[in-house]
Amino acid sequence: MPTTNSLYGRRLPGYAIATAIVLTAAIGLAFFYAPIEADQGFSQKIFYIHVPLSIVTLGGFVFGGIFAVQYLRSGESRHDLRSYTAIHQGLVFCTGALITGSIWGKAAWGQWWVWDEPTLVSFLIVFLLYCTYQPLRFSIEDPERQARYAAVFAVVAGIFVPLNFLAVRLASPLIHPRVFSNSGDSLPGDMRIAFYTALVGIALLFITICKYEMSSKHSRAQLAALRRSISGEGNEPAPARSAAPRIAVK
Amino acid sequence: MASTEPAVVCSGLVRRYGERRALDRIDLTLQQGQTLVVFGPNGAGKTTLLRVLSTLLRPSEGEASLLGSDLRKEGWKVRSQIGFLGHQSLCYGDLTARENLHYHARLHGINDAAARIEAVLEQTELSGRGDERVFGYSRGMLQRLAICRAVLHEPQLLLLDEPRSNLDPAAIEQVEPLIGAAVGRTRVIASHDPAGGLAEADLVLGLRNGAATLLAPAAQVSTEQIAELYR
Amino acid sequence: MSATRPPSTLSATHAVLYKELTLERRAPQTLTAMALFCASVFVIFHFALDRNEIEGALAAGVLWVTLTLAALLGIGRSFVADREEGGLDGFLLAPAPRTALLIAKATTLLIFLLIVGFFAALIFSVLLLGPTPNATQWASLALLILLADLGIALVGTLIAGIAIQTRARDLITSILALPLLIPLLIAVTKASEPLLSVGGGTLAGRWLALLGLYDLIFGLLAYALFDYLVED
Repeated sequence: MPTTNSLYGRRLPGYAIATAIVLTAAIGLAFFYAPIEADQGFSQKIFYIHVPLSIVTLGGFVFGGIFAVQYLRSGESRHDLRSYTAIHQGLVFCTGALITGSIWGKAAWGQWWVWDEPTLVSFLIVFLLYCTYQPLRFSIEDPERQARYAAVFAVVAGIFVPLNFLAVRLASPLIHPRVFSNSGDSLPGDMRIAFYTALVGIALLFITICKYEMSSKHSRAQLAALRRSISGEGNEPAPARSAAPRIAVK
Repeated sequence: MASTEPAVVCSGLVRRYGERRALDRIDLTLQQGQTLVVFGPNGAGKTTLLRVLSTLLRPSEGEASLLGSDLRKEGWKVRSQIGFLGHQSLCYGDLTARENLHYHARLHGINDAAARIEAVLEQTELSGRGDERVFGYSRGMLQRLAICRAVLHEPQLLLLDEPRSNLDPAAIEQVEPLIGAAVGRTRVIASHDPAGGLAEADLVLGLRNGAATLLAPAAQVSTEQIAELYR
Repeated sequence: MSATRPPSTLSATHAVLYKELTLERRAPQTLTAMALFCASVFVIFHFALDRNEIEGALAAGVLWVTLTLAALLGIGRSFVADREEGGLDGFLLAPAPRTALLIAKATTLLIFLLIVGFFAALIFSVLLLGPTPNATQWASLALLILLADLGIALVGTLIAGIAIQTRARDLITSILALPLLIPLLIAVTKASEPLLSVGGGTLAGRWLALLGLYDLIFGLLAYALFDYLVED
């Protein structure tokens, strides 16, 4: 179909290959190059996946908010789709960050959940908030209104995230000594290389999955439109309830 | 406002609900002081057209302007000149008729609101029960109150969605000076009554599935053509 | 022909606020429901915690959890009367500034929350609270209620504006409001804790600052985004 829609996913293989290479390198560096951490031993290796997952999650939510602002200003549905995808995958990565954080907590402190770790608690609250994104979209039928309200939510939630981190941090007694700061600046050199490689790998994975989701939605919409034109059902899809943005096929 | 400006201009006006086009490329021009009557079966897009013209709904595509102001960009400019009567009364059940009208008078910034409110209540024979809560009103009284609300700020352009539904013949007489073809007042009326609608129309628009299947001066339209729309 | 001139934000806000308060005076459902809810929840806490008197962090938690849940009732009712006979359309058809609706709705909610807040604090001190706060502590608590209720009113109006157009209105209100209110609750419970402790204590500035920041941020967000919720 000679529309701009068919360009979706053109660069997907490139991203997928880059992701595979960088992630493989990150795993190799984390297990065979970076030294075993003195206090925590082997279990500290989960740091190389947990912290990048957390950072990429926040990045996803921030971009979800930025795309939402673009949608509110322009009214173009492609921004809504981007915002939706970033938040949707952000939520998936957030789940990963919470699970890996919990495992790390079990290994390091012997408990699956520690309320003294403000970053993890903040992630739980942010996770709970973003979990309402899909139900909110699903409960609004008109696609244009759904997109607009979802964008308002994404902006509010995006600004909520730093405020929430501030509040939780202020309330935390900080009993446990923090072995690593999340920025990675205080890491020894060989750990730092492994960490940054893992961060780039996870970020690439996020972008690849988002691109995949968007191109999959486009090709499904195109396929449905082709089916309808073959069976002569006319140009308009049957109305259906969905939390996902509707894609208009030209 | 230049008096030569057309009251309503639509070109390629589209309003979508999701994928469905409730209005499909409507083109029309209505001169000031004229009456456009819109016919069509339920779901044809009459209400949607009125809601778009009243600035309650934004056009999805195409252009629409009222009294020279673009609806999409300058809708706020024309709100004070539009009187909209929909299916709902837009009044609060726990307020009295007078309180409801005072509320709308203040939102419209009407000077000397009390006198104007008494005048419209008098006209519709509601002044005796104007201090009762709207909650207990019959459908007919509610419709008369809704008409009072719609014309309270003496708008130049009236958008009326089946204005005479729920009204008995006496009440139809009463509201005539408020929503009838008074001098200088432009009207867009959605109607289900072919003969009555045609009688007051200068221009007739027939809608079917959102598209205009008929647009002609009333003098060139027969009641049979209108009846055809509903088949 | 009587002249009309688009009303100022202040005048339109006053019109809507007067309408809201008249409606609540005629049919006082929301306020009574919120107040009764608070009293019942305090009784439930008495049995659930199996305590006659509580103080400190526990007291702060019980008081603010109760007030937050009561606020959800008020938020859920915020736009209900406007939906019933199309009153929201009535506002949108008028040449009044949209911000007036936000300010009037948030003010209405704030007034309700303040009335319920002070009522609940009073009966809480009778029913459950162990220590007796002095005048300064009562004044500090009143300031906290004011700052927290302002935040709840702003967030609540924004959420009520979103939820009114959704199908599962009550569900959406609760699941959206609770996570968004967590930072506010952290600040206000931490700040109330010393005021409700045996021996007493004073208000910590950083929690007031956090509450103020929360109010400011959500005030700006509501101002910037409310138009997108009511338009169209």
